Amino acid sequence: MTIEVHTLDDGAWISVNNERRISVSQLWRLATHDFCPCDEADVLVEAFREVGVSYPSIEARIVGECIKCGTDGVTDWVSVGRAIDGDFYPVVPESVHFPG
Amino acid sequence: MPSKVEGWKDEVYGAEIREHLFEFAEQGWEAIPDDEHDAWFERFKWWGLYHQRSGQESYFMMRIGTPNGVLEPGQLQAVGEIADEYARGPADNPEFGGAYCDWTTRQSIQLHWIRIEDVPAIFEKLEANGLSTIQACGDSWRNIVGCPVAGKDKHEHIDAWPIAEELHEEFKGNDAYSNMPRKWKVSVTGCDQGCGQGDINDLAFEPARKEIDGEEITGFNVRIGGGLSRKEPRFARDIDVFCTPEEASDISAGMSALFRDHGDRDNRFNARIKFLVDEWGPEKIRDTLQDEYIDYELETAGEDLRENYTYNAGHDEVHGDHVGVHEQPDGNYYVGLNVLVGRMGAADTLELADLAEKYGSGETRLTQRQNVILTDIPEENLDDLLAEPLLEDYSPDPHPFMRGSIACTGTEFCSLSIVETKNRQVRYARWLKDNVELPADMMDFHVHLSGCTASCAQPQIADISLRGMKSRKDDDVVEAFDIGLGGGLGENPHFADWIEMRVPADEVPGYIGNLLDVFEAEREEEESFREFIAARDEEELGELADPEETDYEDPYMHNTKQTWYPYAEDDDMEGRPTPARADGTPISADD
Repeated sequence: MTIEVHTLDDGAWISVNNERRISVSQLWRLATHDFCPCDEADVLVEAFREVGVSYPSIEARIVGECIKCGTDGVTDWVSVGRAIDGDFYPVVPESVHFPG
Repeated sequence: MPSKVEGWKDEVYGAEIREHLFEFAEQGWEAIPDDEHDAWFERFKWWGLYHQRSGQESYFMMRIGTPNGVLEPGQLQAVGEIADEYARGPADNPEFGGAYCDWTTRQSIQLHWIRIEDVPAIFEKLEANGLSTIQACGDSWRNIVGCPVAGKDKHEHIDAWPIAEELHEEFKGNDAYSNMPRKWKVSVTGCDQGCGQGDINDLAFEPARKEIDGEEITGFNVRIGGGLSRKEPRFARDIDVFCTPEEASDISAGMSALFRDHGDRDNRFNARIKFLVDEWGPEKIRDTLQDEYIDYELETAGEDLRENYTYNAGHDEVHGDHVGVHEQPDGNYYVGLNVLVGRMGAADTLELADLAEKYGSGETRLTQRQNVILTDIPEENLDDLLAEPLLEDYSPDPHPFMRGSIACTGTEFCSLSIVETKNRQVRYARWLKDNVELPADMMDFHVHLSGCTASCAQPQIADISLRGMKSRKDDDVVEAFDIGLGGGLGENPHFADWIEMRVPADEVPGYIGNLLDVFEAEREEEESFREFIAARDEEELGELADPEETDYEDPYMHNTKQTWYPYAEDDDMEGRPTPARADGTPISADD
């Protein structure tokens, strides 16, 4: 089954199969990353720069700022969910993520 | 590779979107194929319709472009009637009620909770009154801005309104410029105070003087590539071109064609012309304009007439923000009224339209500070107008904290915003007015609150800049702000310096109060706030004041973006009454 993913509204959303599924404004915790000096970054998502599929994972590069240290920039690819049989299962933003 | 949006635009874009829009309107929301939602919502922007954020499916924001903010007699009445009839959603706003108009920082009008089924009737009424939503959003020529009292101002080098009007007529609905890589914002300034805010526009016509063939001509110097979005603010750059008023259309055609042909269509984050100016430099922009788009010899820049630029400059201003009573060159007056955060209820809008007809010519104008102006008031009508009860709420002589407050749309409706904005700014302004003393000589103090880095409230050019953020407080995620200080325009514009970061929203008023106490105690005589900030380095600014909780209460500390509507009694996303049919009945997933 194919799955359609793209960003919308200047990166405000990740749309999966024409449904707005992942939004800016949430905090994402990142571990083993090179986004900032923090062991565990706490990144406010201000936009989604790119989105892609590494089946079954849907991945995005996040434009954001770590609210612990203030570093801002673009993250490496972060999994935002999985596509299984054409359905999308988002990750929980508040959980810990491992970009790469 | 061209972006996804470019692919959608290749299929259908520009004026032709209208017929599809009307077909969907006739058949109803459910006729838009599910797998084409994103493509159509992107296209609808060209006709001024912006699908509201998640949780508010099937409702749209509608933007009406009013060039230079000019509303001719009868037009405000039409807008008020449309808002009253069509801009009503499933829940009211606790500050503004159930139907309202937003006056924007680009002198446009925004209505919310618009249903697609109502669009043909709304367009019919708008067009019958000489108004349109064409190209109000999307990748095209946006609303043209300028000094809101152009032609009625005692402080202008040239009346820029006919030029703005000519550009509006020429470039709205013009197929050659209907599909740009990204938005295209134009400002035309003829006054001597810089009210057009050209420095933050893609294409700016700025007043200038040049001797050509022995004749001194007042026209414009051309600047390119200003803008505030993302964390990449730029002031428009001088490309060393002077143009006469008659040439403004040629230069506009050339510059917008240059952007159309050379702007980045692969990466929308890099698409605005400010990035092309970064890459090429002003000289290459000028050379390309000359070589590829203009068939006569461009004049080099004339003498800038920016020395009296006082608008939003942080010091003494002659007509300031246009609020108050001001004499026009013809002996009549214009009266600028303060509209807190730019939002006016539909009933008040209709009453204002009546006052414009009763006391003036019926014309009203919108400013880039989200306020309204009634023009052409004969002197003998002034006292009666100023005694009208409506002016108690929309004052021509407001408290500095009320007149200085600007806010964008925020999480109430906007997809990009991080935090709630307008209602919070109303609460900030009221609390500051009641609790914080400003120095007696300070009539203007600008607090611009923007929900995100898109910067629609122009936060970087304010005394106090607030930009939406998040923080953790007592283990809870709370809405917060980065705070910048000392920004403004003027002859030598300056972006705010970001000093206090990630301040929880309920500690912001306390910070501003503490900061102003220090300002009052330490300022040199008659030193403006902007001068006070500019005289200190970043470390000193960081030590000036601390954020602090006070008796200010903020009901929007939670993640308002995760609600379907932040002010609904039951705001949970799961219980949202959307999408809805034309009569407002929710469409369930089982339908």
